[in-house]
This record gives sequence, C-alpha cells and structure tokens, in this order.
Amino acid sequence: MKQVLIYKRFERFWHWSQAALIMFLALTGFEVHGSINVFGFEKAVHYHRFASYGLLLLIAFAIFWHLTTGEWRQYIPTFKNLKVQFQYYISGIFKNEKHPSHKTELSKLNPLQRIVYFGFKIVLIPLVVITGILYLNYKTIDANNIIVISELSLDLIAILHTMGAFLLISFLVVHIYMTTTGSTPTSNIKAMLTGYEEIEEKIENKAEDKNEK
Amino acid sequence: MNKHILIIALIVIGTLLAVNLFHEYEHENLKLLKLKEKFTVEKKTSVDHSKFQVLQQEFKTPQDVTKTCISCHTERHIEIMESSHWNWKRVAYVEGRGIEAIGKDNVLNNFCIGASSNEQACAKCHIGFGMTNDEYDFNNALNVDCMVCHDNSEEYMKGSALAGYPDRSVNLTKVAQSVGAPKRENCGFCHFNSGGGNNVKHGDLENALLAADRNVDVHMGVNGMDMSCVDCHTAENHQLKGKLYSVSSNNTNRLFCEDCHGDLPHLDDMINRHTSRVACQTCHIPEYAKVNATKMAWYWSESGKLKEGKPFSEDNDDGDHEYLSTKGRFVWEKNVKPDYAWFNGKADHYILGDTIKSIPVDMNPLYGSHDDGDSKIIPVKIHIGDQIYDKETKMLIQPKLFSDAKGDSAYWKDFDWHLAAAAGMKRVGLPYSGEYEFIKTKMNWPVNHMVAPADQSLQCNDCHTSSQDGRLAKLTGFYLPGRDRSYVVDFIGKWILILSLVAVMIHGGVRASVVLRKRKYQVDEINK
Repeated sequence: MKQVLIYKRFERFWHWSQAALIMFLALTGFEVHGSINVFGFEKAVHYHRFASYGLLLLIAFAIFWHLTTGEWRQYIPTFKNLKVQFQYYISGIFKNEKHPSHKTELSKLNPLQRIVYFGFKIVLIPLVVITGILYLNYKTIDANNIIVISELSLDLIAILHTMGAFLLISFLVVHIYMTTTGSTPTSNIKAMLTGYEEIEEKIENKAEDKNEK
Repeated sequence: MNKHILIIALIVIGTLLAVNLFHEYEHENLKLLKLKEKFTVEKKTSVDHSKFQVLQQEFKTPQDVTKTCISCHTERHIEIMESSHWNWKRVAYVEGRGIEAIGKDNVLNNFCIGASSNEQACAKCHIGFGMTNDEYDFNNALNVDCMVCHDNSEEYMKGSALAGYPDRSVNLTKVAQSVGAPKRENCGFCHFNSGGGNNVKHGDLENALLAADRNVDVHMGVNGMDMSCVDCHTAENHQLKGKLYSVSSNNTNRLFCEDCHGDLPHLDDMINRHTSRVACQTCHIPEYAKVNATKMAWYWSESGKLKEGKPFSEDNDDGDHEYLSTKGRFVWEKNVKPDYAWFNGKADHYILGDTIKSIPVDMNPLYGSHDDGDSKIIPVKIHIGDQIYDKETKMLIQPKLFSDAKGDSAYWKDFDWHLAAAAGMKRVGLPYSGEYEFIKTKMNWPVNHMVAPADQSLQCNDCHTSSQDGRLAKLTGFYLPGRDRSYVVDFIGKWILILSLVAVMIHGGVRASVVLRKRKYQVDEINK
C-alpha cells in the first residue's frame, strides 16, 4: 500500500467550490422556479445570478487547467471493462469482490465514471450553462437601447434549464452515494479532501505496464 | 493542506453570500433627483391679465370674452379648432376600417352610451358654447370656450344641460381677468367628473387629486411634488400630449412616463430590463380608486323602475348611487387592483352601425400580445355592464336619453326604450327594427394616474408566483419565471430525482445488510 496524490490542489478546489456553487444554485434556482421558499423570490434571483457568475468563472479556470495539464484525457470514454464495471456495481459489490478497475495517478476514473463524467461535462454542464447564459441576458437592454435576446422564446430556455437542474441534482444524489463505494465508505471523500489515497502498489505497477504497452 | 482547500471554497461562498446579503443600493437616484429639481422650480407668469385695459369691461356673453381673447391672441383659436378638445374627434387609421374620423359622435361607450341626440347635456364637457344638436358649427371661432381651461379664479363652471354655456352665476369679468395656464381644477372639471359624477369613468382621475396626499398620487400630492396636469400633459399650439383609449385609436401622440423618467429609470438592472415589456404603470399603480369609489359595472337593463310613477334613486353608505330609475343599477368599488393586458398603443372601438361580433361586446378592444414586440403589459380598469341593442340588426343602439321636458322621446323623461331607441337611431341615421334587448358589454380603461410612491409599488412575487392571486395569473401566452413551468419536465425531473434516491437507498441498504450479515457470521464463528 502506498499513499498516492490522486487529486491535485486545483482539482480539489475546483471540485469543492463547484459542488458548493451547484448546490447553492439548485437551492436558489428551485426557489425562482417556485418549488421552494427560502430567501424570497427577489433575493433568490439575485443570489442565483451572482453565484452563476462564480460558476462561469470557475468553469473557465477548470477548462484552462484541464487543457494545460492534459488532465482532460482522464475523461475520454472507454468501453473496455465498462460492462465489467457495471456488473460490479450491480452484483460484485454485494459479494465483496475486488474493484475491477484500479486507480492510478494517470487513470483515476473507472470506465463507468469516465463515461458518466464525460456526459456530465459535454452534455449536462453545457446544457445548463448555455441556457443559463441566455436566461441571464434575456431581454437585457444595451447601451443603444436595443433589447438583446428577445426573439428566442423564454419557454425553451427556461424549460431546458430546469431540465438540466433536475438532472444535476439527481446526478448529485447518485454521485454522493457512489463515493461510499471505495475501498472503505469514506476513502473516496478523504481522497477528494486530502488529495491522497492508499493504493496497492502491485496493481499500480500492472496498470502502468499496460499503459506502456 | 486539505483544510486549506475547504477553507478557500467556504470563503468564496461566504463572500458571495455576504456581498448579496449586506449589499444595499444606497446611491441616490440622480435622474430622479434632477427631475425633482426641475419640477420644484415654480413657474412665474409674465403677464397679469387683470391689468389689461381690454378686460376692464362687463362681459354680457361668453362669446364676448372669446372675442376679446382673440383680439390679442390673434391665431390661437385656429389651433384650438384643430384640436380634439374642440372637434371631439380625431382622424385615425384602424386596421380593418381604414381611415376614419373617430370621436364622440360615432363611438359608443358603456356608461351614458353616446353623446348623439344628447348634446344639450353632454356639451357640458365640450370646450365650446351652444352645442344643442348635431348641427354645431365647428368653424365659428366665437364659440370657442377659452375660459373653461384658462380660468385661474376657480369661479368658472359650465352649467348643467346648457349646451356648453357657463353657469348663469359666473362672473365673466372676474374669470377673464384671472386667466393663465390650466390648473388641475380646469382639467378636472371634465376629466374627473366624466360619466356623470366624480370618478365614475376613469377610476384614477377624480376630485381627490385636487388636494391629494402623495400616497394617493406621488406626482400631484400637495405634500409631494405638487405637479399639475399640464406639467406632464404639455401642449404645443394647443395640441396636448397624451390621450385615452376610450376614444383614441392610434399609437401616436402618446404620453409616456419614460418621456421624463427615461427608459432605464431604476438603479437595479433586473428591474430595468422589465421596462422593455412592462409599462411603468403596471408596477407603480398597484391600485386605483384610492380615495373615492369608481363605477365597475352599469346595468342599463334594470333602469325604468318607478315608485308611485316617479323615478327614484338608492344610495350606498358612501353616498354613491347604487340605483337610478333613469340609468339602472351600478356597482362601485374602492382600492381596486387593476386587470392587466398586452397593449401596443392601438385600439378599435364600437362605432355606430357596427354589427356585434361577440358577447360581451368589447367597446374598445385594446390590441397587443406578447408576441408583438411593441406591446407592453399595462394596467386596465375593466368596466362591464349591459346596454340596449337591436335584436334584428345586431347593432348597439344610440338612445335619446336627455331632454328638457317629457314628450320628446327622451328615456330620462319618458322611460320608454322604444321611443328613445327610435329617436336616437333616427338622429344618427341608422335603422331601428323595433325589437330591442340588453346585451353585455365591457370597456377597457388603461390606468395611468395615481402613481404610488416607489415603496408601494408591486414586488417581484406579486407577479412571479404560481398563486392564483398573482397579478398576472390571467395573462397567459408567455413564460413568466416563478409562475410558469413545463409540467411534463417537472414531472419527469421529479421522478428521476426520486428514483435516484430510491435506487441509492436500495443499493446502500443491500450493501449494508451484506456487511452486517458477514459481521454477524464472523462474530458467530468466533463465539463457537
């Protein structure tokens, strides 16, 4: 067993602030939607807008980080072992079998995570962000007194945004639960907090061998 | 190191929250301050008419006064005679009708119905003298009534049923020497009392505005800006800015709040962006009829009841007529929340001779919709009622209501709808089949006055709510955040969330039970 730095400092900062922002956006967003009543409509709108600027900024930094560090490769979907991984979660996990995928610094996501996070980054986040930016600027009035984004119907923007929000909080529920499926129930969360995770050396070497081949 | 990350994340969120929670706009709204400054300066008149030689005389007739006015203001009467105040009509283009002169002689309403054949009484609110019938000479400058608008002595008043002549008690010399810019009393004489009494028609224009508190009208409040009507309704060459869609049709010569306040009057961007589709009045006039009640309904069908052969009236506790034998039954309301409508500045009217298309008859359909980019949401007073129409020709009837004496077919004297309908329709040159009935009507009165102080304006959740009491609950056809949603997406979304929760609970439960069973097994093994 060896302590390996799986999640780097920026990655952890990004992960946790994004988590906090998304939860806060969900809270205020569903208040604007009329589902809950916490801050009152006016404050909820203002908080939601403010937090959305934070999220946009964070996403910009995250994209930059992923591109410059090459970490984006971690999210390239693979169908190899996908079935095995899936079967592990629906049966193996109950029989106390070993994880079919092995975490390394260079490959920290299992095939199922890869495909889910890929979808999260390529479909879900863009859906919410793009509709969010349109919503944010809907019918603003520019310096020349011209109304911006007035031709597009707000129905479409708002409904897609809502749809994204429902998917996001459902993702959140499953995501939080899945963190308990590590080698111990808290090992994954610990790793995301400290960056380090205990990994069996032998298997790590094997994985590296595979990558080299 | 792990703590650092968490702390930074928390600080970011905390800062965001704190900025929002404690950030209040404390800036003075400079645009508003400038406006206040502008209207605080009292205007001084440059002339004192009481010193004019030509006005030092006993005027025998009001026409003598007009003649004297014209002797100095040599061309002003021409301007007046081009105005709708004088002509009682405007040339307008209405879709489906083309270009037409629209005004009081051909447009009907659902209050006193129409002026035709009742000029003797209705001309109390015409800026002329001697309009007794439809043969009025609109080219006679001597009949222009300068005093009704320019009297500054509060002495002048038009007499009842005197065809526009002043009351016999008026001291014309005193009035002539007092003239100046119109005061609210001048405009109010007609515009506050239209429909036959205070606040009957408009709901937002009434005698309380003569000395209002700023809570009633933030502009006219005597303890506030104390503005007069003509501060906003400015005039050039006697053509006044602004008009009302009870008789107007075209999107021209309108008076907007924005004319003074600008397009983006708020300090808050979120509120400013509403201005592209929501008229200022919508939020800033949360209620009308704030002091005295206004008529919300008028049922002509119930008129004509007599007690011992004589007409009578029944009043409510506020002293407003609830029933009049001459006019029927009324419904009055105070502190009324307006209705709301999309409006693009264009309207149609029921014009004499039109056949009715729908019930209730919309006396003045206001045009506009969400999909029309020029439309804005405006507050409206909707006045409903029923009135006489011809069952055969499907036309609303212009009845003859007023006469000095019995036996002249006037309904208010003879209480015979047949005679009144026949006489009225004959006068306007339309057929009357002899078969009348009462038909439901509605009329739209855009609400523009009695603007409340800013802190009383509507709040976000007055409209952005799914509650049935929401101000815009009835104004459908567009997506209003907080009010609207896709029920399909909400349903599916909720179930995805619920199923996710259920799935992880089952999965977690099974895992936990496996672990527990294994532990129990181990414990049992050890204990063996």
